[in-house]
Amino acid sequence: MSELQHHILSVLVENRPGVLARVASLFARRGFNIFSLAVAPAEEDTMSRITIVVDVERTPLEQIVKQLFKLVEVIKISELDPRQAVERELILATVRAGAADRGHVVELIQILEGKIVAVGSDAITVSLEGHPDKLDDFEDLIRPYGILELQRTGRIALPKLDRDVRTSAVKGNIG
Amino acid sequence: MKLTGAQALIKALEMENVEVMFGLPGGCILPAYDPLLDSSIRHILVRHEQGAGHMAEGYAHVTGRPGVAMVTSGPAATNMVTPLCDAFMDSIPMVCITGQVPTTAIGTDAFQECDTVGITRSVTKHNELVMSAQDLPMVIRQAFYLASTGRPGPVLVDVPKDVLTNTMDWYWPTDAEVVDSLPGYRPVTKGHPKMIKEAAKLLLSCERPVLYVGGGILKARAAEALRELAELTQIPVVTTLMARGAFPDSHPLNLGMPGMHGTAAAITAMQKSDLLIALGARFDDRITGKVSTFAPEAKIIHVDIDPAEQGKVRRPDVPIVGDCRLVIEELIKVIKDLLGAGEVQADVGPWRSRVSGWREQFPLAYEPSEPGEALKPQFCLEKLRDLAPKGTILVSGVGQHQMWSSQYWQFEEPYTWVNSGGLGTMGFSIPAAIGAKVGHPEKTVWAIDGDGCFQMTAQELVTASVERIPIKVAILNNSYLGMVRQWQEMFYEERYSEVYLSPEVPDFVKWAEAMGCVGIRVDSPEEVEPAIEKANSINDRSVVVDFRVDAREKVFPMVPAGFSNDDLLLPPSQNETRRFLG
Ligand SMILES: Cc1ncc(C[n+]2csc(CCOP(=O)(O)OP(=O)(O)O)c2C)c(N)n1
Repeated sequence: MSELQHHILSVLVENRPGVLARVASLFARRGFNIFSLAVAPAEEDTMSRITIVVDVERTPLEQIVKQLFKLVEVIKISELDPRQAVERELILATVRAGAADRGHVVELIQILEGKIVAVGSDAITVSLEGHPDKLDDFEDLIRPYGILELQRTGRIALPKLDRDVRTSAVKGNIG
Repeated sequence: MKLTGAQALIKALEMENVEVMFGLPGGCILPAYDPLLDSSIRHILVRHEQGAGHMAEGYAHVTGRPGVAMVTSGPAATNMVTPLCDAFMDSIPMVCITGQVPTTAIGTDAFQECDTVGITRSVTKHNELVMSAQDLPMVIRQAFYLASTGRPGPVLVDVPKDVLTNTMDWYWPTDAEVVDSLPGYRPVTKGHPKMIKEAAKLLLSCERPVLYVGGGILKARAAEALRELAELTQIPVVTTLMARGAFPDSHPLNLGMPGMHGTAAAITAMQKSDLLIALGARFDDRITGKVSTFAPEAKIIHVDIDPAEQGKVRRPDVPIVGDCRLVIEELIKVIKDLLGAGEVQADVGPWRSRVSGWREQFPLAYEPSEPGEALKPQFCLEKLRDLAPKGTILVSGVGQHQMWSSQYWQFEEPYTWVNSGGLGTMGFSIPAAIGAKVGHPEKTVWAIDGDGCFQMTAQELVTASVERIPIKVAILNNSYLGMVRQWQEMFYEERYSEVYLSPEVPDFVKWAEAMGCVGIRVDSPEEVEPAIEKANSINDRSVVVDFRVDAREKVFPMVPAGFSNDDLLLPPSQNETRRFLG
């Protein structure tokens, strides 16, 4: 496949059972892998916002966006242009940190403004928040010391405030 | 007013003006069958739940109202998957109620439990598991609203047994409350005025336009508007398999059906056109053939109520999202205004003579049988057509007989053709014909079936007999899975693999009789007319005519799957004049 690219979809849905399964199955049916997914209640608690990062080409993405719109519980979809969006993600990682390495590991965490949330005799659990690229960097740098367990939240994103947000997907709704 | 969930369910169906439903009871749905005894709703007890689903579809096809099916949980719900998918593919409004194990047992692998909403999620427009009896009126109203508005489709409501037995306070939501309860569902019905104007201008400027009419025209009840548009602009019309009857076959502008087994005129007109006006059509692969070579010079105006159809297969030059009837009516107004203001339409006269030439030179054709030779299926259809009472509804199964039905019948009125287009469901015709007859008891309903298809759902003729729903069935019996045999003959070097049924068993006449029907067997051409006349004269029970037809007969024209529409195969008798298709 050519031109595979991260696309960020921000999908406002009714906060009800089964909605996530409906959304996810539109991707699964086409054999597309969801790169990351974050769901939680939105500004009104009857609604949830789903941030989906998916690697697809432009044409099938347009089709999926239109199909997503057809889901009765989907209220709004925007595709966020990374240049016009604020993106954040959180990582929790337990890293090997024996006596010999501990200093280096702590230093690295401090440089990247991570927080140490638990300390064991030969491991440290760290939390780090920021742009997903920064989290990638952290993962790369810390990996040589040994990552025991790792969990990322998946990215969340909102349009930037300053300018008119460029949302490529359609507004409104359909049948 | 306190009601049980079951009472509320039945009352809600009554409030939705449901006059008939198709179903079969079982453990989890049992509570709902009790208040049904006191209801005005007629229930038709089927012999297999798939039958209930296709009956609901047949009913919806001919009446335009949602068909309703009610069945129990587990195996009954899974038996419903095929009709749901069929209705989803062909945009048939349908509401299906399934029983479910009690809420407390969900997820425990209880007896006859299955994840019905999970299984049917991708074959319904929407589905809902009801967790409280209090929600039932709203959920039922939503189901009917969703099934019948926008792009119609099937909606499933899954109701656990305890939800049926618990009590609730009755209420009936207003239209506004229903709309408010579905904030994500706002179908667009009115086309964008700017787009309509653009379409009008483009339409007037093109010299080789074709109106490419799909099933959406019928869903939008737009047949009259279509006729006005065609006659105003003198643009030739092709009607897809799902749109047969939307435009009279006798009309001089009608070129017939396009697609894999379409007429040479319809296929070629689309290929050579400079503008396709797609109305409620979805550029299905059976229509386009190889997409990259489909109608290469044509600009596209695409009118569809479903925005997801725009650009799905072919990028439109003028996309119009809206209800076909409203959009066409608007389009006619704008065209008249433009013409009134001095704009002139490009001369479509030469194009019309060209396509008429194709139509005359390449009619549907088959070799009639010589005396003593086997009966031709096309001949049977011609006779069925010529002897059919006015307004007859034709229903078909899936296979060669379906294509011949669509080709050789003369459709003059909308809603007289019922078939399974998108899913191509063998076994569709008998139950769908029963549903159609229930919808229009005053009309004659002929089901054309293959011997393969018939054996999938024939037991519903028992339902027809017991419920006194007299239909007529013509089996075009070639002892083969004929359509598959045709592909094996043409594309697998006549290596016939698992397509031969049996000329001896079943004995269709005896089988028909055992189900309470009249059975007639026809072997030779002379017997055809008397048999059809006899069948047409019997109206107190169903009739099955077993036409023993030539197994070697193939459906032509044909565009082999994956080929370009330019490479259509003509009936052998027309091969010599092929060069005139230019
Ligand atoms: C449920 C189902 N199974 C398989 C098929 C594939 N199929 C398409 S047409 C056909 C043959 C139908 O045979 P018959 O009913 O005898 O009709 P004929 O083609 O001979 O007219 C088959 C097997 C199908 N469409 N539906």
